[in-house]
Amino acid sequence: MTRLFLPADAFALALGAEAVAAALQAALPGLELVRTGSRGMAWLEPMLEVATPDGRVAYGPVRAADIPALVAAGLAQGGAHPLRLGAPEALPWLARQTRLTFTRCGVVDPASLPDYAAHGGLAGLRAALALPPAEIIEAVTASGLRGRGGAGFPTGIKWRTVAAETAPRKFIVANADEGDSGTFADRMLMEGDPFSLIEGMAIAGLAVGAAHGYVYIRSEYPHAIARMRAAVLAARAGGLLGPDLLGSGRGFDLEIRVGAGAYVCGEETALLESIEGTRGQVRAKPPLPAIKGLFGCPTVVNNVITLASVPFILANGAAAYAAHGFGRSRGTMAVQLAGNVKHGGLVEVPFGVTLGELVLEYGGGTASGRPVKAVQVGGPLGAYFPPALFDTPFDYEAFAARDGLIGHAGIVVFDDTADMLAQARFAFAFCAEESCGKCTPCRIGSTRGVEVMDRIAAGDNVAANTALIHDLCETLKFGSLCALGGFTPYPVLSALQHFPQDFPQETQP
Amino acid sequence: MLAAEQLRVVEAAIAAHRGTEGAALPILHHIQSALGFVPQAVLPVVAEALNRSRAELHGVASFYHDFRDAPAGRHLVQLCQAEACQAMGVRQVTRESEQRLGLALGETSPDGALTLEAVYCLGLCACAPAALVDGAPLGRVDAAALAAAVGR
Ligand SMILES: Cc1cc2nc3c(=O)[nH]c(=O)nc-3n(C[C@H](O)[C@H](O)[C@H](O)COP(=O)(O)O)c2cc1C
Ligand code: SF4
Ligand code: FES
Repeated sequence: MTRLFLPADAFALALGAEAVAAALQAALPGLELVRTGSRGMAWLEPMLEVATPDGRVAYGPVRAADIPALVAAGLAQGGAHPLRLGAPEALPWLARQTRLTFTRCGVVDPASLPDYAAHGGLAGLRAALALPPAEIIEAVTASGLRGRGGAGFPTGIKWRTVAAETAPRKFIVANADEGDSGTFADRMLMEGDPFSLIEGMAIAGLAVGAAHGYVYIRSEYPHAIARMRAAVLAARAGGLLGPDLLGSGRGFDLEIRVGAGAYVCGEETALLESIEGTRGQVRAKPPLPAIKGLFGCPTVVNNVITLASVPFILANGAAAYAAHGFGRSRGTMAVQLAGNVKHGGLVEVPFGVTLGELVLEYGGGTASGRPVKAVQVGGPLGAYFPPALFDTPFDYEAFAARDGLIGHAGIVVFDDTADMLAQARFAFAFCAEESCGKCTPCRIGSTRGVEVMDRIAAGDNVAANTALIHDLCETLKFGSLCALGGFTPYPVLSALQHFPQDFPQETQP
Repeated sequence: MLAAEQLRVVEAAIAAHRGTEGAALPILHHIQSALGFVPQAVLPVVAEALNRSRAELHGVASFYHDFRDAPAGRHLVQLCQAEACQAMGVRQVTRESEQRLGLALGETSPDGALTLEAVYCLGLCACAPAALVDGAPLGRVDAAALAAAVGR
């Protein structure tokens, strides 16, 4: 029987995968069609794969209208066709990557726990069950893993803090709010390899002594929500969740919670408020969530990719993870290439790769074919970098040294038609729209920033208004409780600094 | 006033989440998915079930962009306005879509057929501009594709 693999990842769905699936069912009655996640080559989606005696053969991008010709060309046997790409893992874009966290994504059936186990899943949890909690934490610490949600805080230290607390209840919270524009790694992982997140959370629970977890997923991700809900049921049935993890007699379970369209709820304390059922307003720290988090209990809040990286570390040892990387940034980063880029998608590579390699070599430059003008790294609160900074290595400290941040590692590419004044204005507008309202500079200053930008655009009192922007950014930087207000100056000031030609200059009287 | 159907939905939502810690968002989502919006009149009922004040529940419902106090159109187009989509020309696509569909971002057509609204990132940033049309993802959209997706 012919066995075909077609992603049901949102990229593939957005590019016509359902029509391809229907055309396949019509052309090849009785075929077995496995709906996978995506391997991350968005420009080749929908990418169809067929199992042959020599391994899988890929075709892409496939449209429904291509199916009759593909079938006639011997699709079921991996026959020749202009859309034939050959073995997917041999495609240079994929072969050059170092996939530790995303090894299974796009390969396995995300609905099948047996398939997960057959591809190396559960080995991390098995290893963790054989260790005392302190040694699990030691492995995570020694791996050098830092939080992938943006701040890069060492994960082992966070876990140790929670483990040291004595409390009747503790929680593990996976932050799947992924609100940064240009990012989709959490979504892809949840849609393509949901059990790895669940396994990582179970390991975290064993490590810190928490029996219950939550995955807080943004409502803009309906497919990821459905996948995770199904995975939780399958995990309970298969002993990856529940009172008796893999027959060990130890328990961990979790619930899926859905956000409601508030960017600020990605901030960890706002997220906890939201799970508790209140307005998603940021809490002042201290107390840290690790001490007093969800429902007042010690809580680990980690990004999806952070948690999904843990099974590899437990299964293969801390050294195998720490062997990759650059400086204090150990392991791999799931970089996301987005926007006006020819070869967009997910690139998992060791830290230390340069920004230029990512944008020009992996990304292939712009989709429009025009020169790259700017890239925004790290979401709406990240700086705009010009190609002159493409030698910057992907590393938390190296980006900070150039007044930027890597955040959740989204890279949005802009061609030379971009208007950087408009981008700076948008940064203020976004801050105004999404502010939780607690701090005056963020709530009011951002709206003020939009108005002042408009005056600069109109050529009105440019020097004085530009000085006002700088003042406003100082106030935001130092008068904000969280990074929404505090980091909005990054996109604004980087646009001003690196792209002065887009801002009107003072005309001499 | 709460219609009988609305009251049934609210009671079912509350019952479904009895025993859930922090049930406010799950209950509001349940109501919105059944009714298409969260009528103001349900908030006191939910508040009472959760042992919280009306004002508090009102504050919660109004804080989150997702919860509507009036139904959306029969078709819902959510067009991403964030940076990756900007880089692929969504500002232009938005203007053209507004013209073609005859309504501005954030509006529902008077006949209740269509709502056009902004969202900020759908995680489809490598096939921008992106939209959700009645919950189904669409990549590399233009005004014509959006119009076709809602039968215009
Ligand atoms: C405005 C704002 C939005 C944030 N959004 C997210 C998000 O969507 N996902 C995420 O993992 N972290 C987000 N963070 C960072 C979290 O507050 C927190 O640092 C993170 O979840 C910790 O997990 P990690 O250590 O694994 O990175 C955001 C922070 C701020 C200030
Ligand atoms: S900076 Fe803005 S979003 Fe952050 S806590 Fe203050 S008001 Fe809220
Ligand atoms: S920025 Fe539009 S989908 Fe992410």
